[in-house]
Amino acid sequence: MTTVVVTGVGRYLGAHVAARLSADPGVARVIGVDSAPASPELVAALDEIGASHDSVELVRAELRSGEIGALINDVQADVVVHLALVTSPDGHSGGRSAMKELNAIGSMQLLAACQQAPTVRKVVVRSSTAAYGASFRDPAVFTEDTEPREVPRGGFARDILDIEGYVRGFRRRRPDVGATVLRFVPFVGRRADTHLTRYFALPIVPTVFGRDPRLQFVHLEDALEVLHRSVTEDHPGTYNVAGPGVLLLSQAIRRAGRIGVPVLEPGLSSAGAVAKSVGLGLLSLDQVDLFVHGRVVDTSRLSKEYGFTPRSTADAFDDFVRAHELGAVLNRDRIAAAERGILDMIRRVRGGGS
Amino acid sequence: MVAVVEAKDVWDQRVASGLALLRRRLTGQYEVDEFGFDRELTEEFLYPLLRPLYHKWFRVEVSGVDNLPAPGGALIVANHSGTLPIDGLMLGLAVHDEHPSHRHLRLLGADLVFRMPLLSELVRKAGGTLACNPDAERLLSGGELVGVFPEGFKGVGKKYTQRYQLQRFGRGGFVSAALHTGVPIVPVAIVGAEEIYPMIADIKPLARLLGTPYFPVTPTFPWFGPLGAVPLPSKWLIEFGEPIDTTPYADQADDPVVVFNLADQVRETIQMALREMLERRPDPFA
Repeated sequence: MTTVVVTGVGRYLGAHVAARLSADPGVARVIGVDSAPASPELVAALDEIGASHDSVELVRAELRSGEIGALINDVQADVVVHLALVTSPDGHSGGRSAMKELNAIGSMQLLAACQQAPTVRKVVVRSSTAAYGASFRDPAVFTEDTEPREVPRGGFARDILDIEGYVRGFRRRRPDVGATVLRFVPFVGRRADTHLTRYFALPIVPTVFGRDPRLQFVHLEDALEVLHRSVTEDHPGTYNVAGPGVLLLSQAIRRAGRIGVPVLEPGLSSAGAVAKSVGLGLLSLDQVDLFVHGRVVDTSRLSKEYGFTPRSTADAFDDFVRAHELGAVLNRDRIAAAERGILDMIRRVRGGGS
Repeated sequence: MVAVVEAKDVWDQRVASGLALLRRRLTGQYEVDEFGFDRELTEEFLYPLLRPLYHKWFRVEVSGVDNLPAPGGALIVANHSGTLPIDGLMLGLAVHDEHPSHRHLRLLGADLVFRMPLLSELVRKAGGTLACNPDAERLLSGGELVGVFPEGFKGVGKKYTQRYQLQRFGRGGFVSAALHTGVPIVPVAIVGAEEIYPMIADIKPLARLLGTPYFPVTPTFPWFGPLGAVPLPSKWLIEFGEPIDTTPYADQADDPVVVFNLADQVRETIQMALREMLERRPDPFA
């Protein structure tokens, strides 16, 4: 029977992965780690699947302090799932330096702890397709073997490169431990509350002038499925996790019933800074890079090895739009009704004339 | 009476399909492939805009279109000229309109194209992507027709005095993409594009200042301002040559000499076709 340690259970993804694993009969024990003493997200996730609140043992620990090593040894963990990542600086809890501390130093300490723990036989690490960087000389579609051409500007992307570097080192030092790295595209879903979902909830959506990036999303439920399988099955290696297919930003904005407003790129960066200062924190350099270059990944390795293909990017995005009832400015039904109205009017006028 | 009713129905259908198209565009209900190619936008908006230029202005004549495979991938290699790459647009329209299965040509462009705002997105929506081996091989193994101008800026930005003289083909990265994917190479000769904006001089310091590969001076540009962007109405011929089978070299895709020699063979074929076609078209503006 498996004992699993999940980090980052204070957030949606970690909480739901922990809850799902606790309901898996093949998993004996799930220990959730977070820096906060209580996790309302975890309670909500357990309620959602009807599990009792103590089916995940919540342990308070700071990853960067190194106390995680003692915990992994104490519980004799078999599998460590590392999901404690911050995707953009949070003004309330220390900004960029705290983010780097948690992402890079936290991951380094966690992997060091796993390296010392004899019981650990598998680690699963959340990564991001930001690992591919952003350059005008990039191929249109990234496979897992594509190397980044330029070091990205964004803090999150640089943290991701650091984390993947630590995983490479870990693989060399502990070849007996299966290391799964999952490079996720941005999440969308019924309950996802991310920067990107908040962005699409704006009535007027800023975009980069002259750019219409190709985007991909993965539905949160599919991301959970992939993480779950990574624990219960053996899939060492690096995988892109994305919904097949592509939406252009302009197309996504139209599907969400929003109005896009092109802003010159330096303007967008400073608009991001202003938004951050008023607590919105909408657009980091990571997002600006994404909105200039776009990012599309090949998911054939995931489909082949996992025997699972996430729902398409378009379906995932449509589900998000439906669930959030964005109160569309340009409503799809309204436009369809206008189309019928115009057609009827033309037919009446022409019919009256003949 | 019957005729009137029928005519009315045609118009009714046109209005209805036009409105449906508008609705699909406004609500984002269309498909874009992983390279950013927007088939509907290309067929419904871009091609109708280009057709008058193709038929009325350049009076393009196409031959050898049956050298393109009906299904399956092929690498289309053409000469490049004309100061502005109008030849890419015309070649794409020729493949789509003249080929019986109305196939789309997926052009490979230099990274400079993808640095430029607006232009980069237009090129992607029309089916283009970055000229790099991963993209070329992905398209070719997906069974697409991929178009490449190996001369690049050396070809499109050469002076009028060098017209119809093929420039260097680089190291032939395009050949290795064809060898890796086992698709035939179809050499294409384009006559007519050289005369649309005859480049008399190239102001290099200005080009460096603007970050462009060249700054053209033509008989009409920059003297007549925006009017200088009107291409001269030259007569165009596009000839698709015999496909070159690459399967005998499949295991030598990484041998630089084999790749270079094959690239040279393609270059020679196009150069010979150009000479022969120019004899058929003595007057550029006939």
